Amino acid sequence: MAEQLDTRGLLCPMPVIRTQNRIRQLAAGDELEVISSDPGALHDIPAWCRVNGHQVLDSGERGDEVFVRVRVGA
Amino acid sequence: MSSPARNMPSSASGPRRRAVALVSGGLDSMLAVKVMQAQGIEVEGVNFFTGFCVEGHTHAIRQKDRNKPKRNNALWVAEKLGIRLHIEDISEEYKEVVLNPKHGYGANLNPCLDCKIFMVNQASLMINKARELAEDRGVDFIVTGEVVGQRPKSQRKDTMPLIARESGAEDRLLRPLSALNLPETLPERAGWVDRSKLYGFSGRNRKPQMALAREFGLEDWATPAGGCCFLTDEAYSRKLADLWQSRNERNYELDDIMLLKVGRHLRPRPHFKLIISREDGENRFLEGYRYRFASLRPLSHNGPLALVDGQLDETEKTLAASIVARYSQGRDAQQVCFEYRTPDGVCRELSVAPTAPDDIPVSWHVGGV
Repeated sequence: MAEQLDTRGLLCPMPVIRTQNRIRQLAAGDELEVISSDPGALHDIPAWCRVNGHQVLDSGERGDEVFVRVRVGA
Repeated sequence: MSSPARNMPSSASGPRRRAVALVSGGLDSMLAVKVMQAQGIEVEGVNFFTGFCVEGHTHAIRQKDRNKPKRNNALWVAEKLGIRLHIEDISEEYKEVVLNPKHGYGANLNPCLDCKIFMVNQASLMINKARELAEDRGVDFIVTGEVVGQRPKSQRKDTMPLIARESGAEDRLLRPLSALNLPETLPERAGWVDRSKLYGFSGRNRKPQMALAREFGLEDWATPAGGCCFLTDEAYSRKLADLWQSRNERNYELDDIMLLKVGRHLRPRPHFKLIISREDGENRFLEGYRYRFASLRPLSHNGPLALVDGQLDETEKTLAASIVARYSQGRDAQQVCFEYRTPDGVCRELSVAPTAPDDIPVSWHVGGV
């Protein structure tokens, strides 16, 4: 079961920053699902993951919200 | 680390040197990183979120921007350069910079010099910590895209050494694009970088940067005026000054400075201001603040949601509604009916005649019409 991070109500880049700060506390291989109400997160969180070596397992829209599921890299 | 420069040979004098670069998302910091990578330096980027940054959330709010491809420029640059990027939320600590800049403001409420000192200081703390944790694999120096003479307040020949000194970075701060105009720094003296391959750009002319960008094969970059900061914007600065004046206090919360980016701001009386949405995206954004402010929403016609900042008596509520009616589709109607909602959710109806256009003086528009 992936850990959840709720960033609803925050605007980019805050969801990215919260994701980064949570991932700093996790170990390689851990999974994190981030929920956001800012559609920009669907672009920015995967971009942040790509440049920092984390893997996006899944992402998409769920009603008015978006989600990104990440596997923490080494 | 997926740096394209990873296969570059390390310098003859020892292990491959590492730098942290301040990455704004603009061209100069992008080039500064490129110049370092070309010399085999391993670079990581850091980007600071102050709350006054123009991109990201601003795009998320406005409907007209919703269909544009959105991107965080700093992340985009990091991806282009193949560097890691840390995005740090400094919005709380940054208040001190905005409220009490030791070196004062620029043309608007932009404390550019204090801002740069603050950011380089943050980067210094980062590299000091990294050096403490891993002495031989720490971060050796800081890189910025600063160019002498480019910005009237912060990027001047006399302020560049001041930034190095007051930030605590001292001679571990290298500006690759303008290094030849400045004294030698530690990375140059120690032979980690070759000074003869650094640049001597100066002034506001951007042509040398564009030529260098082409040399590096870069074709696309962001061109945010004023370094993507709302504080360099005149209208925004007036709205911030108005906020301080109305509260008799120079202070702000993150929500305050976000709201200054959204809607029309009208101050009909010294003790109250209306924030009137201009389109659907702003409407949705302002919705989220109805728990904090009283709000007006037209019921009889289509029209904007408006937040009411201040305590209003009955006459003033009518005045507020009649102003908002002016911006609704009922502007030519005899009466427009509103829902007036208090922050705790108590609603009542209010019917008003829309204000005539001439009855909304230009001086009510905070920050300009």
